[in-house]
Amino acid sequence: MGNDRASAWGRRLLVGLVVGWFAALILVPTLALARTALAGGFRPFWDALMSADARRAFGLTLSITAVATVVNTLFGLAFALVLVRQKFWGRAIADGLVDLPFAVSPIIAGLMLVIVYGPNGWLGRHLEAAGFKVVYSWPGMVLATMFVTIPFVVREVVPVLREFGIDQEEVARTLGAGRWRTFWRVTLPSIRWGLAYGVTLTVARSLGEFGALLVVSGNILGRTQTATLYIHDTIEGFHPEGAYAASVALAGISFVLLIGMELVRKRVEAHEKH
Amino acid sequence: MPALALRGSTLAYLGVMVVLPLAVLAAQSAELGPSAFWKAIFDPFAWHALKLTISTALVMVAINAVMGTATAWVLVRYEFPGKEVMNALIDLPFAVPTVVTGLMLVALYGPSSALGTVLGRAGLGVIYQQPGIVLALLFVTYPFVIRSVQPVLLEVDRGEEEAAATLGASPWMVFRRVTLPTLFPSILTGTALAFSRALGEFGSVVMVAGNRPLETKTGPMYVFGEIESGNRHGAMVVSVVLLATSLGILIALNLIQRRRGGGHGE
Repeated sequence: MGNDRASAWGRRLLVGLVVGWFAALILVPTLALARTALAGGFRPFWDALMSADARRAFGLTLSITAVATVVNTLFGLAFALVLVRQKFWGRAIADGLVDLPFAVSPIIAGLMLVIVYGPNGWLGRHLEAAGFKVVYSWPGMVLATMFVTIPFVVREVVPVLREFGIDQEEVARTLGAGRWRTFWRVTLPSIRWGLAYGVTLTVARSLGEFGALLVVSGNILGRTQTATLYIHDTIEGFHPEGAYAASVALAGISFVLLIGMELVRKRVEAHEKH
Repeated sequence: MPALALRGSTLAYLGVMVVLPLAVLAAQSAELGPSAFWKAIFDPFAWHALKLTISTALVMVAINAVMGTATAWVLVRYEFPGKEVMNALIDLPFAVPTVVTGLMLVALYGPSSALGTVLGRAGLGVIYQQPGIVLALLFVTYPFVIRSVQPVLLEVDRGEEEAAATLGASPWMVFRRVTLPTLFPSILTGTALAFSRALGEFGSVVMVAGNRPLETKTGPMYVFGEIESGNRHGAMVVSVVLLATSLGILIALNLIQRRRGGGHGE
């Protein structure tokens, strides 16, 4: 009996410790930010978010995110199919390479782009001579974002694809469905949640990328700012409200995406069970 | 034929996007020869930055190994109000951009905040000090150990634990002798991923660290500073060291998992 009571207390203590840690580390800072951003009420928050600079920054972030997400979704799907379905020399190496961007600091990712595509870079020299400007402009920012988000879709799709196997596809093929039709009607529906999760992570990471963009955008005054660069550049100025508002908006969008996808999946899966 | 086209185009993308930049970085960092390479590493500022990055990452990993395992345990084994909400919010750090993380911590613990003023008076300055770096790292790596341990804990066979308990082992004894060995590979995976992430972390750290050379300047901050001031060689050498460390950890982890026959988690 005494032992039971002791373990019940131990249990409460552990729950308290874990919840307290979560609150102090994650919850309280998040709420503190929201409070600072909304200190003057909703109106000033909205005005700060709708300022010309903030809107331009969000527009740039969205355009970069759109391109990086589309490219890496297509690549991720194709590469997952290659990794799971094809046998070839060097497959294990290719499998490891795709994860590599996770091990690379964003700052180093930016540095690599500068030394390859920069004005004096390995390739950049020739590109600049031909009139293409990559680094310190939009293409460089897109490349940086693409680099850091390469692994997400592949990593999420590969395990689902492996588990799914090829039986159903073979049935479809025997029944006379073509390659595309089989892909659209059989393969894609079976991997959709892995794909959706991978895409969501890609979007969230693209929206929030900072270090690589900071290097690639250079330290030009009044440079083209993405949302994260806008936050970084304005926070120490006279009008930090814009930075706070943009922070809340950016974190909010990513979070709603992540949570929203999870909720939709639960609902759809529950629906399909019945 | 389409199979070959698919393989060719995806491998080409990977080659241009990942292999080429890494190869150019490796080649150019070695261009000035080994002695220049060593000199750039042991430059007092570079060396201090590297040491600071490693030591803050180690402190973070030690805390995360314990708290992450405890959090996964509590989420899987116990019922308490708000559990579902907390479980959904574990991934919040993955959604928050790193600059925003830094901003949050400054807003809460910074010298101009109420809490920061109290802490500062007590001589426990967090922001613009080394503890601030650890705090930022703890925030951005919070989900790694939890999300690595949780699925394994869900699959654990409770029979062994119950048998041990019936034989008179205390709960702590059962955890240490029966549960912990099962969880160990997943704890290792989570901490290794967190460590690797911490070596490269920039956005959150740069906001809270205050960028003082020989005090709060980490490896990635040093690399950025050297790029800005035109010392590309120094930036590349420290980058190569950080990258090699991070890769070494991930490759070692992969080998350990393979030896264990697949292991757990990713």
